[in-house]
Amino acid sequence: MWTFLARRIAATIPVLLVVAVLVFLMLRLTPGDPAAILAGDAATTEQIAAIRASLGLDRSLAAQFVIWFGNLLSGDLGQSFYFRMNVTTLIGQRLEPTLALATLTIVLAVAVAVPLGVLAAWRFGGWFDRALMGFSVLGFSIPVFVLAYILIYVVSLKLGWLPVQGYQRLENGVLPFLRHLILPSITLSIVYIALIARVTRASVLEALGEDYIRTARAKGLPELRVLVHHALANAAVPIATVIGIGVALLIGGVVVTESVYAIPGLGRLTVDAVLARDFPTIQGVILFFSFAYVMVNLLVDLSYVFFDPRIRY
Amino acid sequence: MPSVARTLTLALLAAAGLAVTGLAPAQNDPKVLRIVPHSNLNILDPIWTTQYMARNHGYMIYDTLFGTDEKSQVKPQMVEAWTVSPDNRLWTFTLRPGLGFHDGAPVTGEDVIASIQRWGKRDAMGQKLMTFVDRMDSPTPQTFRIFLREACGFVLEALGKPSSNVPFIMPKRVAETPADKQIEDYVGSGPYVFRRDEFKPGDKAVYVKNAKYVPRKEPASGTAGGKVVYIDRVEWNLALRDAQAQVNALAKGEIDILERPAFESYEQLKKADGVALVNKDPLGFQYMGRFNHLQPPFNNQKIRQAALAAMSQEPFLRAQVGVKEFYRPCPSMFTCGTPYGSAKGSDIQSKSNMKKAQELLKASGYDGTPIVILKPTDLASIQKLPDVAAQLLRQAGFKVDLQAMDWNTVVTRRAKKDPPAQGGWNIFLTAWVAPDIWNPLTNAAVGAQGEKSWFGWPTDPEIEKLRDEFARATDEPKKKALAEAIQARAFEVATHAPLGEYVNPLAARKNVTGFVIGPGDIYWNLKKGDRGG
Repeated sequence: MWTFLARRIAATIPVLLVVAVLVFLMLRLTPGDPAAILAGDAATTEQIAAIRASLGLDRSLAAQFVIWFGNLLSGDLGQSFYFRMNVTTLIGQRLEPTLALATLTIVLAVAVAVPLGVLAAWRFGGWFDRALMGFSVLGFSIPVFVLAYILIYVVSLKLGWLPVQGYQRLENGVLPFLRHLILPSITLSIVYIALIARVTRASVLEALGEDYIRTARAKGLPELRVLVHHALANAAVPIATVIGIGVALLIGGVVVTESVYAIPGLGRLTVDAVLARDFPTIQGVILFFSFAYVMVNLLVDLSYVFFDPRIRY
Repeated sequence: MPSVARTLTLALLAAAGLAVTGLAPAQNDPKVLRIVPHSNLNILDPIWTTQYMARNHGYMIYDTLFGTDEKSQVKPQMVEAWTVSPDNRLWTFTLRPGLGFHDGAPVTGEDVIASIQRWGKRDAMGQKLMTFVDRMDSPTPQTFRIFLREACGFVLEALGKPSSNVPFIMPKRVAETPADKQIEDYVGSGPYVFRRDEFKPGDKAVYVKNAKYVPRKEPASGTAGGKVVYIDRVEWNLALRDAQAQVNALAKGEIDILERPAFESYEQLKKADGVALVNKDPLGFQYMGRFNHLQPPFNNQKIRQAALAAMSQEPFLRAQVGVKEFYRPCPSMFTCGTPYGSAKGSDIQSKSNMKKAQELLKASGYDGTPIVILKPTDLASIQKLPDVAAQLLRQAGFKVDLQAMDWNTVVTRRAKKDPPAQGGWNIFLTAWVAPDIWNPLTNAAVGAQGEKSWFGWPTDPEIEKLRDEFARATDEPKKKALAEAIQARAFEVATHAPLGEYVNPLAARKNVTGFVIGPGDIYWNLKKGDRGG
C-alpha cells in the first residue's frame, strides 16, 4: 500500500511538469497583451512598452520560463500582474468558497442521488424508475444558469427565503454561511444528482442480478439490508469513481454558478485571469487544478479498498 | 434505530428552518454602504494606470489640490488660496490647515510636489504641463510654488482634472515610487481609509470613514466642495458581475447602489420597489470610432471623410443604449454642454447622409481594401458599436471585415502599427467619460503628433500648432476660439468619429440620498436611512 502511494505521488511530478510547460507556452503564444490592459485606455504605445518591460515580458520566452520555473521549484507561484499579490494568496482566498460549494454540492448530490438510484434499480421498470430516468435527462439538459435564475426568482425574490447572491465566510457564522450556499448548491447538484443516480441505478441493477443477492433473500434478510449491505456495497466502485470525477470538476471551479450567485471562487478567478492575460495567476491556478485532480483520483483509487476487499495495492 | 432516524430528521428540518428564516447577518446596517461598481478593482495605483476603477479607488482615499464642480468649473480643494504673478509664470499655493494623511502625518508642500511630479510623468495633460514647468519648491510646509518657463493657461485645469489620471496627492515617500512601478502603500489624505487587510480581489474592497478628515465648508459639487462622510463603511462588491443578479440583489435590498446598470436592466429597475434611478453625471460619456491613419485605406484623408460621413450617430446610440431618454447626438468632439463644446466643423458628419457618404467614397478613389473593425465580445458597454459601424460602412460602399475577439485582444491589437493582415487594424470603437475629452488637451483623440499620438496616430501640424496655442492661451474667449478651430480642423482631417453621448444613471435603494452631481463615481455626502426602502 505504501509503495503504491509513494509511486502515485511520485507520478504527479511529471504530470505537473508537463502541465507547467504546456500552460506556459500556450499562454505566451495566444494573442493578448497584459500590459495593454494594465495601462488603461488612454495609455500610449510607449507606456504600454514600459509596463511590458516592468513585467519582464520583453525578455525571451526561454528567459521568462527559466525565471518562472526556478521560482516554482521553491514553491513560489509568482505574483499576479494585476493584484500585486502572490498567486498563492489569491488562490488561498478563493479556496474556501470553492471548497465550501463543492462539498455542500457533493454531499447533497450523494445524499439524494444514491437512495434514488437504489430505489430505481429496486423498482426497475416501474413508474419510479421511469420518472427518475426522465428527471436525469432534464437534469443534464437544463443549463445551469437557467436553473439558477428560476430558483432565485422563486425562492429568493418571490418567497424571500434565501439571499439572491453572495458568499459569507465561515468566520461570519455558520448560518449565514449556509444560507448563502443553499441555492448555489442545489443549482449545481441537479446535474450531479442526475449523473450519480443513473450510475447508481445501473450498478445496483447489475448487482441485484447476482447470485449472492438471491442467497441473501433466501436467507430471509430484510430487503433494506439486501439493498444496502449487499447490492449497494458491491456496486460502490463505479459510484465512487463518478463522485470523484464530480469533486474534481467542482474544485476546478464552476464559473457560471459563481457568476450568477456572486461567489468569489476559483472558477471566477480563472476566467478573470484569462481575460486579463494575468499569466502568473493562470499558470498557478492550472497547476493547482492539476494537482487537485491527481489527488482526487488517488483518493478515489484508495477508496476502492474499502468498498471491495479484493482490491489491494 | 427508528428514534435515531426520527431525531436526525427533526434536527435536519430544524436546521433548514433556521437557515432559511433566521439569524441572517445585519445586511442592512445604515452605516454600511454596499456598492456594486462597474468593474473589478485590480490596480490600486491611480497614477500608474488610467483605468476608471483605479480612479474611483483614488477618490475614496486621496484628496486633490483642486476639484471640478458640476458646472465644470475648477475650484480649490486642498488649496486654501493661491496667487499668480503678473506674468502668469509664478504660481504660489497655500494649503488648507488641518490636512493630514491617514497615518497621522500632516500634508506638506513636499508631498504635493512629489505627487505632481509623479503624475506629470504618466498623465498626458500632466506631461504637457511639465513642459512648461521650470521647477517647483515648497518654501514652507504649508506652501508650494510652481515656476513656469512661460505662461500657460491650464495650470488649474490640470491640477483639478477630474478624470484619469487625477493628480491625487500622496505622501512624499509613496510619490517617489518610480512612475513605471506601482505603489504599494495606500495611505492618502482623503475622506476614506482603504482597508488593505480586508481587500480581496474579485470579492470585495472596503473603505472606512476617515474620522480625522476636515472637509471644506462649501456643499459638495462634482469633485469639489465639502467631502462630508456620513457612512462608517463602504463595501465594494467586486464579485457580483452578472447583470440580472445585480438587479435582483438591488431589488431585494442586498446591495444599496448599482453603479452602472446594463441598459437592458432599466425597465426592470424602474419597476422595482424601493429602487430609484439617479442621473448624477448628466454629462455622461461619448462614444468614438477611431481610424488608423497609418494604414490603407484610412491613410487617405478623403476616405476617412467618407467614413465619417457614413457614421451618423443615431444608429449607434439606438443600438448600444436603446433608451431614448439616456442618449443624445452631439456634434462636438468636446462634450456638448461644456465650455468648449460646439458644432464647429461638424457638418461633414452631422449634416451628412448615406448618399453623400457614397459620393465622397466614390470620389476618394477607394480601391476596395477591406476595413478591419475590431469587435470586443466581452464588453457589453460597447459591444454593439462595431456591428453598427460595419453595417453603415458597407452601405456607404466599403468592404468590411468585422473581427470578433475579447477586449484584451482588442487593446493589444490597437497598439500595433502593423497592417491589418499582420495583426493591425483599421477601426476600433470605445467610450470616454466627459472630462476625458472635454478640451483639446485632455482629448487624446484630437492629438495629431503622428506616431507619438494615441492609437490611430494621426499627423497634422496645424492641429498641433493650435493645441500648443491653446495650452499657452490665458483668456477664456481666446481658448474657446482655439478649441473651435481645433475641432474644425480635426473634422476636416477626420481624426476620429464622435458617435454621440449618453448617460448611465446609477440605481440605488431609495433610502440612500445625497448623491453628488458631477463627473465620476463619487461616494461622499451620502446618507443611508434605517429602512431598506
